[in-house]
Amino acid sequence: MLEHHARLIAMFDYAREVVGRKKLQKMVYIAKKLNFPFCEKYQFHFYGPYSEELTLRVEELCNLGFLEETKEKVGGYYQYRYILTDEGGGFLKHYEMDLASLKTCVTSMNEQPSRILELISTIMYFDHLAKEEVVEKVKTVKQKQKYTDEEIEEAFRYIEELRTNISAS
Amino acid sequence: MNYKLQQLDEEKVFKDPVHRYVHVRDRLIWDLIGTKEFQRLRRIRQLGTTFLTFHGAEHSRFSHSLGVYEIVRRISEIFKGRPHWNDDERLLCLSAALLHDVGHGPYSHSFEKVFGLDHENFTQQIILGETEVNHVLKRVDKDFPKKVAEVIAKTYENRLVVSMISSQIDADRMDYLLRDAYFTGVSYGQFDIERILRVMRPQEDQVVIKHSGMHAVEDYIMSRYQMYWQVYFHPVTRSAEVILSKILHRAKALYEEGYLFKFEPLHFITLFNDKVDLDDYIKLDEGIIQYYFQAWQEEEDEILRDLCERFSNRRLFKYMEFNPTVHMNAWHKLHTYFVQAKIDPDYYLIVDSSSDLPYDFYRPGEEEERLPIHLLTKKGEYRELSRESTIVEAISGKKRTDHKLYYPADLIDGIHDKGLRKKIGEILEL
Repeated sequence: MLEHHARLIAMFDYAREVVGRKKLQKMVYIAKKLNFPFCEKYQFHFYGPYSEELTLRVEELCNLGFLEETKEKVGGYYQYRYILTDEGGGFLKHYEMDLASLKTCVTSMNEQPSRILELISTIMYFDHLAKEEVVEKVKTVKQKQKYTDEEIEEAFRYIEELRTNISAS
Repeated sequence: MNYKLQQLDEEKVFKDPVHRYVHVRDRLIWDLIGTKEFQRLRRIRQLGTTFLTFHGAEHSRFSHSLGVYEIVRRISEIFKGRPHWNDDERLLCLSAALLHDVGHGPYSHSFEKVFGLDHENFTQQIILGETEVNHVLKRVDKDFPKKVAEVIAKTYENRLVVSMISSQIDADRMDYLLRDAYFTGVSYGQFDIERILRVMRPQEDQVVIKHSGMHAVEDYIMSRYQMYWQVYFHPVTRSAEVILSKILHRAKALYEEGYLFKFEPLHFITLFNDKVDLDDYIKLDEGIIQYYFQAWQEEEDEILRDLCERFSNRRLFKYMEFNPTVHMNAWHKLHTYFVQAKIDPDYYLIVDSSSDLPYDFYRPGEEEERLPIHLLTKKGEYRELSRESTIVEAISGKKRTDHKLYYPADLIDGIHDKGLRKKIGEILEL
């Protein structure tokens, strides 16, 4: 019962705090692509992989009092900050989950800017293609982000690092 | 003559209750409609189990797909000659609109959840694989199927084309809101589509709305909001959906433990083995599924038999509001009592959440989460809809989610142990 909610709470438990909805979307997508048991359905959108199911589930967690959402005005737009509440922590105790290797992964992703997570998640979205095709696709669908070759190469390296860390743990 | 340019000698029309007529002049579109993969959509209801709540909701994905095509056809006429619009993309838009749901299966939401499928993958396979659809598309040119697939997958380079089929105010949503409102018989799904189409403007990478058209869009957003809560999220429909998914879970579990079905589930074997291929998939339609649900009412397995009988005869589960913060301990108690009463809680005690549904309402898409609806001012500037409209702002800011606990009241009534029945009844407020 509500296991999918519990897995998300576990992620927030590891992250302590997630700042930005875009960041949150991309973190869960990347974790899912790394075979962590997130079931939220993603589609490709204007800003990369996006899950409406995740948005709604996070909204549910806020409404239940398991997450605290703070809306902050930053420049010309709003930004959302999420923190796990004591009630959320209490809810998590009802579940036994073996997600220890998720902690390193979440901590590392949380340190990345959302722009870079958008790039990483977009690369992973096209991971069924050859590397050259992925690069071409990223440059086509993300023209406006103007990712440099160095950033793209670094993103590939980062994905490998995440995979290596998971296998090592 | 180049196939892409071929027109029918006479325009064909489909009578349609939402758009009055769906007009077809392009040979390509006519041929796509005639393919077996597209015709299969006649046998798949647009709203799955909703007909058990709103008896009129028997319309098919076929009629919805034609409707989306018709809306895009009209938008392309409005866009003709305007900046940012390339008329060479017209047939691509029309084909993608027509085929955007071609990979849907019967009751696809439940099937996807239980068997780990994704109808969008099947849409891609139907467009790119060895199919009649692919054969027709290739007559335009060999790269055309790939382009159509990319538009539907939202990864095509021309973002304007993608946004016509898929955005927060796209042809897909406009058709299904109007069509679903019409067939369910509800009165609150209406909005002025003629007006919205007239105020749509093509921009570099999205469709925007002239600022003067804001009130028509407000109506559309209200309609979306109302339909979400009144139709798509109806608790009775969710009850049917819960039972449906439990039937699939039960049949799969029985197969995996070597149960001998009286009626061998031939159409399900590859699904049960996680090896479903395109040929197997497109053989599935609602008629096939209903046949099995009828046949499985004769099975030895009591749970499968009961669930199929419930679904077929609309003997649905009852429900109560469920708040995990408050009811967690009660749920654990109920789980124990159900086991004691020999009612398997895995199949008969189900929590269903709003996030389990494939529908959404308008979100402003702050901090680049999702592209919002943009209004175009006279100065050529973009304004996000909820920043301009008080009505939309009020709806967008309102968070509404819920969780419901579903259970079989009749089975609980039949528990012989009075004490146990009373304890369950007290928690469920029976």
